[in-house]
Amino acid sequence: MMMFTIAGKELKLLFASSLVWIFLAGMQLVLAWVFLGRLNTFLEIQPQLTQLANPPGVTEVIVSPVFSVASIVLLAVTPVLSMRLFAEERRNHTLAMLVSAPVSISAIVLGKFVALMIFFCLLPSLIVALAISLLAGGMLDFGLLGSNVLGLILLAGCFAALGLYISSLTSHPTVAALTCLGVLLCLWVMDIMAIESENIVHYFSLFRHFENFNIGLIDSFSLVFFLLFAITFLVLTIRHLESERLNG
Amino acid sequence: MLIDVIPDNPHPVIEAHSLNRQFGDRVAVCDVNLKLCCGDILGFLGPNGAGKSTTMRMLTGNLAPSSGHVHICGTDLLDDPLAVKRHIGYLPEIPPLYKELTVDEYLRFAARLHGLAKASLQIAMDEVKQQCELNDVGKRLIGVLSKGYQQRVAIAQAIIHRPQLIILDEPTVGLDPNQIQKMHALIRELGKAHAVILSSHILSEVESVCNRVQIMHQGKLVLDDSLNNLKQQNMNLENIFIQLTAGNTPAREPVQ
Repeated sequence: MMMFTIAGKELKLLFASSLVWIFLAGMQLVLAWVFLGRLNTFLEIQPQLTQLANPPGVTEVIVSPVFSVASIVLLAVTPVLSMRLFAEERRNHTLAMLVSAPVSISAIVLGKFVALMIFFCLLPSLIVALAISLLAGGMLDFGLLGSNVLGLILLAGCFAALGLYISSLTSHPTVAALTCLGVLLCLWVMDIMAIESENIVHYFSLFRHFENFNIGLIDSFSLVFFLLFAITFLVLTIRHLESERLNG
Repeated sequence: MLIDVIPDNPHPVIEAHSLNRQFGDRVAVCDVNLKLCCGDILGFLGPNGAGKSTTMRMLTGNLAPSSGHVHICGTDLLDDPLAVKRHIGYLPEIPPLYKELTVDEYLRFAARLHGLAKASLQIAMDEVKQQCELNDVGKRLIGVLSKGYQQRVAIAQAIIHRPQLIILDEPTVGLDPNQIQKMHALIRELGKAHAVILSSHILSEVESVCNRVQIMHQGKLVLDDSLNNLKQQNMNLENIFIQLTAGNTPAREPVQ
């Protein structure tokens, strides 16, 4: 499959740059910091928790907040990783090689998307590794953990598709990164507004949908919204590149 | 050769019929016809901005023509682009190189991209590295290689899948005189069993390598002839080029 050839190349390029390794190290540092902070809080309030009739478990107190932080980390990391996907190909004039090869535009776009998603899947797996260390002292709520992992992967999928689309619009990676960051920040601010007023914005907020997954609620509306969001931007990317071939 | 050219294919390797391309109101390419058979090496000439690169982009499926058709090995480029593109090897003006990959990684990617099966991949790579003299740099990053090596990697990328049509946009830029000689020999060798389109600004290069020549000016073909014909008429390519393209003289009809 051509898609995987493209994805393989993208991953090779991605992991050839030091930037990615710095990102992974930085992300793990932030996540471990939050994790230990929450663990500390949990140990402090544990005596009070035991007096409650239905006390929240370790997963709820420690792991869920880490996922919450991870979603913000994702917001900061996506623009830098997605900017190069098309903008850099265009700047280095390598896009012509892909387009003149016997590969469809959708295979190119999906290949790049898959590569970015494989990288993004490292983020939840880092958190899962942290959570598993808790098994030494108690039980984990694997349902809640699973819903968080799913939520974060879906959120990453939306960010990746959006980043890919913005990257396909320009030939300057920096412009792509800044635009993508701007749009993602808008989505985040929209989320804050949505808390204050119960209006329609609420339904379009990615983070609000992620919160459902964060508390262990796999809402089919949220699921469909995430999928539609990602598919929409993937289709827009394909359409844009096709029209570029037609209109020059 | 890995994929031998089918000798009994009755169709010309490439046939372009009245290609037109407009960008808004500006006409970039107007009524370009082209027909190449196996064994033809076409020198594609023209001043900067004449529409050569636009034409090449249309021939390789990078840009859709406003009107006109491109048939490659008898199949329309727009009807079945994926099947047709297997027969094309394209070296754009600016070499499409991933500087962070090694030469081997890059060529392997190029081979896979053109649908080469795993079994034939290693043989194709060894052969193309031999042809382009890249054997001693296989493990090195493309970004640290000299311009000459980079150019040869880019050419290797265009011929690794043994396409029937090879389109080279200024392939000898940045090579030293020895390498240029070798590159000419390579193109002549490729021309025996393939159709080659060679765009260049170096007229002597075209004279020594090609057997046909086309000159474009202001989007139109102003000359389409074989080099032997020109030689018989005692015409010098340089004089013809200057005569046809200097100034804004109205374009002459193509010499048939």
